[in-house]
Amino acid sequence: MTLTIASSIDDIIAALAAGARPIAGGTDLVVGSRQGKGSLPDSLIAIDRVEALGVIDRGDAETRLGAGVTHARLMTEPTIVDHFTAIADAAALVGSPATRNVGTVGGNVMNGSPAMDTGSPLVVLGAQAELTNASGSRLVSLDELWVGPGTTSAAPDELCTALVIPNMGEGGGSAYVRLEYRRAMEIAIVGAAAAVTLDGDNVRSIRVALTAVAPTILEVTGLDDLVGKPLDDDALSAVAAAASEQASPISDLRASDRYRRHTIGVMARRAADAAARRASGEDISVPVNRALGVGATA
Amino acid sequence: MSNTSNLNAVELTVNGVPYPVAIETSRNLSGVLRDELGLTGTKEGCDDCECGACMVLLDGQPINSCSYLAVQAQGREITTVEGLAEGDDLHPLQRNILAAGGVQCGFCTPGMLMSATALLERNPDPSQDEIKIGLSGNLCRCTGYAKILDAVSNTAVELR
Ligand SMILES: Cc1cc2nc3c(=O)[nH]c(=O)nc-3n(C[C@H](O)[C@H](O)[C@H](O)COP(=O)(O)OP(=O)(O)OC[C@H]3O[C@@H](n4cnc5c(N)ncnc54)[C@H](O)[C@@H]3O)c2cc1C
Ligand code: FES
Ligand code: FES
Repeated sequence: MTLTIASSIDDIIAALAAGARPIAGGTDLVVGSRQGKGSLPDSLIAIDRVEALGVIDRGDAETRLGAGVTHARLMTEPTIVDHFTAIADAAALVGSPATRNVGTVGGNVMNGSPAMDTGSPLVVLGAQAELTNASGSRLVSLDELWVGPGTTSAAPDELCTALVIPNMGEGGGSAYVRLEYRRAMEIAIVGAAAAVTLDGDNVRSIRVALTAVAPTILEVTGLDDLVGKPLDDDALSAVAAAASEQASPISDLRASDRYRRHTIGVMARRAADAAARRASGEDISVPVNRALGVGATA
Repeated sequence: MSNTSNLNAVELTVNGVPYPVAIETSRNLSGVLRDELGLTGTKEGCDDCECGACMVLLDGQPINSCSYLAVQAQGREITTVEGLAEGDDLHPLQRNILAAGGVQCGFCTPGMLMSATALLERNPDPSQDEIKIGLSGNLCRCTGYAKILDAVSNTAVELR
């Protein structure tokens, strides 16, 4: 087994073409291998020192979020906290400070777990993954990228170089909440993200996506009826009902399917409410879980 | 067991001292620190990224060394609990955790100290909540945590 430390994207692309697997923070890859979920690949290329992967670049129409940006940065970088708040809400809940220091958004997305916390925020914000190999880069929707638990449609020689996210217009807000039993070192029992834009008091657009209730992150459909009206209690109840109905949760030792189906509705309602409140200018600090006492209490 | 052709000659910088080592790629950092370098202050509790007993600093930031490949740490500054004291003078955090009664069996203590060191470096005036978040990756089965939190607050006051 070998590990090479890359200093450029070209180094990484060449190594992947020769059969190496990327390692960023290793918080999924190394931990998984130690837990016996799989053995470490024979050839690893460490991508954590390539500065180009750590860039957050806000352009006029869209923001490029480097795949190597760590959760610790996602939860504190003003560009993310101010404009893509749901991602910061999610990153702030990941593991512990040690997990967040080395764990990256690219690793979270490419690991493909249905419980990944940055997944539903990225979906509601309309992010696409930029995948790069020796023949160039392509953008894929996250829906196409995630094909099942722990599986992506990316080719083995493709590096995720960035997440490309359209900038939200004025009057936009987003939030991510998750149900958890502990405040740290926890994996989502269920989680929900919402992005809402408002015209005055009325909804201009709303997207809601769900974490840990389906084989991949699941976007809620059928919310178009909510457009043009205030996101009042009835509208939030409709969000909750749609989320519970569309979820297809499993039972495991952490929660039953019935409990997950019920609580995903509660989380979706809270996420939509917090996103709308942020959209209307209310300052709800990151993460929403702590600001609103949504998750585990101290 | 180890096949010499699989050994990598790397240099790890620990507490400012460069250590040349020959290790397999799959070796975790905590194991190398303990078994190759004899720096047994770093503990292995769960060996599975859950308990924080193995916490060390990598370029000043805490990581779970049980689940970090040692070869990936080459070229970076590793700080372990052995790097906190200056000669016989304990680091203020070490002094305060003893004074507050925040050490019982002591198994979690090195990890707690490393997380707390990074926290105070980043945030010299942490709130109680910020201290709890800073130590949220460290489990203690003995003390009930209160005295450890006190030791961190007391140190913050002392260092300001
Ligand atoms: C204690 C602990 C707590 C955790 N808590 C949470 C949590 O609360 N929420 C959560 O969502 N996750 C959690 N995780 C999982 C993990 O920390 C995250 O998924 C993290 O974002 C993974 O990033 P990484 O850089 O460490 O990935 P790595 O482990 O380095 O890589 C993960 C996978 O992605 C591939 N990969 C990495 N980067 C790229 C890239 N740029 N292009 C292509 N492929 C790539 C790797 O080959 C590997 O298959 C936790 C993990 C631990 C150990
Ligand atoms: S030994 Fe590393 S977290 Fe427990
Ligand atoms: S003092 Fe025993 S584990 Fe903390």
